[in-house]
Amino acid sequence: MDHGSAQPAVHHMTPPTTFIRKYVFSLDHKVIGLQYYGLALVAVFTGMVLSWFMRIHLGWATAAIPLLDKLSPNGAPGGVITPEYYLSLLTMHGTIMVFFVLTNAPFAGFGNYFLPIQVGAEDMAFPKFNMMSFWVTFVAFLVLIAAFFVADGPPISGWTAYAPLSAVGGDSGPGEALGQTLWGLSIAIFCVGQLLGSLNFIATTLDLRTKGMTLAKMPLSTWAWFVTACIGLLAFAVLLPACILLVLDRIAGTSFFIPGGLVISDKLQPHNGGSPLLWQHLFWFFGHPEVYIAILPAIGIVSHILPTFTRKPLLGGQRVVIGCMVAIGFLSYVVWGHHMFLSGMNPFSALLFSVPTLIITIPATIATLIWLGSIYGANIRFTTPALFCLGFISVFISGGISGFFLAQPSIDTYLHATYFVVAHFHFVMGVAAIFAIFAGTYFWAPKMWGRMMNETLGKIHFWLTFIGVYAIFMPMHYLGLAGNVRRYSAFVDDYLVPLIPVHKFITVAALLTGAAQLIFLYNLIHSRFKGPKASDNPWDATSLEWDTTSPPPFDNFGGRHLTVYHGAYEYGVAGSKGDYVMQTSPEKIVGES
Amino acid sequence: MASTTYKPGAAGAISGAKLTVEAGRARAAASPIAGVRLEPSQTGIWVAICAISMCFAALTSALVVREGSGMDWQRLVLPRILYFNTAALIASSFTLEISRKRIAAAAANADPRMRSYAPAMNWLLATLALGLLFVAGQIVAWRNLAAQGIFLATNPASSFFYVFTAMHGLHVLGGLAGLLYAMRRLTRTMRTPKPVALGAAAVYWHFMDVLWVYLLFIIAVRM
Repeated sequence: MDHGSAQPAVHHMTPPTTFIRKYVFSLDHKVIGLQYYGLALVAVFTGMVLSWFMRIHLGWATAAIPLLDKLSPNGAPGGVITPEYYLSLLTMHGTIMVFFVLTNAPFAGFGNYFLPIQVGAEDMAFPKFNMMSFWVTFVAFLVLIAAFFVADGPPISGWTAYAPLSAVGGDSGPGEALGQTLWGLSIAIFCVGQLLGSLNFIATTLDLRTKGMTLAKMPLSTWAWFVTACIGLLAFAVLLPACILLVLDRIAGTSFFIPGGLVISDKLQPHNGGSPLLWQHLFWFFGHPEVYIAILPAIGIVSHILPTFTRKPLLGGQRVVIGCMVAIGFLSYVVWGHHMFLSGMNPFSALLFSVPTLIITIPATIATLIWLGSIYGANIRFTTPALFCLGFISVFISGGISGFFLAQPSIDTYLHATYFVVAHFHFVMGVAAIFAIFAGTYFWAPKMWGRMMNETLGKIHFWLTFIGVYAIFMPMHYLGLAGNVRRYSAFVDDYLVPLIPVHKFITVAALLTGAAQLIFLYNLIHSRFKGPKASDNPWDATSLEWDTTSPPPFDNFGGRHLTVYHGAYEYGVAGSKGDYVMQTSPEKIVGES
Repeated sequence: MASTTYKPGAAGAISGAKLTVEAGRARAAASPIAGVRLEPSQTGIWVAICAISMCFAALTSALVVREGSGMDWQRLVLPRILYFNTAALIASSFTLEISRKRIAAAAANADPRMRSYAPAMNWLLATLALGLLFVAGQIVAWRNLAAQGIFLATNPASSFFYVFTAMHGLHVLGGLAGLLYAMRRLTRTMRTPKPVALGAAAVYWHFMDVLWVYLLFIIAVRM
């Protein structure tokens, strides 16, 4: 097709005028991106408060937590958490954080807002599907939160919902009746939303790029969202039927995951022949790619922001980073078994999953070395987004290194059920992705709201958070090596009691680090309305989102159809007016690949 | 930002890129668009087909694992109407293609007023009817199994049979909705000879066909 006519006029209509069409059921990808971001913000504070409850209980097992007995009179009588309710909090914390924060904010939130702008499109390929995608996700969140308010509370089977306990129903504990069914439905609905979103991301990237925007010229953040969409498309397409089978086991009496002769709570379960391992395989076939659904956008966002503040392209050029992300995407599908070393599967299979797990560290390591090499010798502009990028690299390395240990089945056998694993995945997946979200927020806030965020508050927020997360998660490695089992609600064994002071330290650190996030919240809300007005390109950046007003107009570029001449990272170009060349600048650069 | 100082050019030495003042030369001509691009609806349909294939691949692997995990797998006596349904669905693909040929032929007519889409519409209606016939036939197959006393939870083979047919049936209903949407678009834009939505709906409809033949194969061999 001739490209000139391929410029799709997605926005046939004039901008919406009513409040409902403008802010609620909006077709505008920018509004939808902000809706996702807002949902993630609500979810992250919910999940964080749940983790506070757990941390307080772990440090001081008999402490009464104010208001908690109002939320759950059975789960926390007098404010003291029961062991079962601890598991409920654990399940809801994990589910909310993984699905509604780590998937929503860096991928669906920033991706929706910036992917179309970065490729020079007026909107996503299918705006109506895009709107549905958010509202379906919103419903999924409501269904999940509803589990707090049903009779016996939220489920206790963890965010992985291992069968058969998650499949048999109320006999397996409080929360395992209606609460677990709500969990299964919520995740199934969530899958639908993500599938619609991924469809949009892929079609937009492939079909709606503006003139001159070749795949190789796309910014790394867009590449990351594109690869993530490809992963998500296949991963959520597996989780969806898995959740359907799980819910059928629970409400329709089928036996997909429940073996015969199972006695739970002194009752023989009326099921036969199912395979609990089947659930684990289906879940982790989704679950491991999900880890990369959370971290690949983070890698992309950091790779996009970092050159802006080091004022030079990434070492080795962006094609290497693109190659790393694509390699991670492919490999993420052949490593799921490393979550199951202790599941009773064939030890030979464990070896087969261990090898690709070690191989996938190679592209991740290459990306990390590229960031480190790019910082080397650079005149870094130490702005808040730059600090959070550096912080991301730090926690990504810290969390990644423990991954080398856990990839070995023989070491994992010892460490798998301990706090070592908790430390590992919180660093490499949780905190790293959160740091990228912070970096993205400080970086793109001027574009999204047309207002600068406060740099001083941002830097205070960074340092408190950076020191705080190390204070929380570093000691957990030590706990794990000492044999401290995870998922326990209290420590009464002889070998665990001496470790309780460490837990108290972690609890205090978690409460303080959490409190420091209020600085961010204040900065975000205050700057949104009272911050100094941002210019179109406050960071001297090159990609297309900085080539329009802050915030962008309804059709992103005010009716202009951009032509792209350069890659996204032409920084440190000697002889140009600034030290950088915008993607749309027709200047010629000698030696540009 | 104003407070941050840096030395322009210092980093440039590392990047190795130099800028000449040959401004104004459009380099877009030198960087052609990568490949031929599809309409978004075409891309979208193929992406959706990937996701749906993955979904049924997961279910197939679940079937293989589940069949091997217990001793309770019992083969079904398949309702014969399934084969009739299959024939109806395959026939619907042919009627759809005939209709698309007619539309293309009518669109080739240079004079917009001379274009007649009426015969094509009849073939599209036939496609819809055959699709509905398939869905109705699947429901008859369920009734047939129920009459044998075989329900969703009776045994693992029946569980998978109902899950497969129900999920495929839902996707077929989606395809019917897509065809209706394409027909509406077609009647509105009679004079523009580019039935994009219909093309996408047709790809999806044929995929439903292929998917059903695959599922029937699995059902016949394994159940």
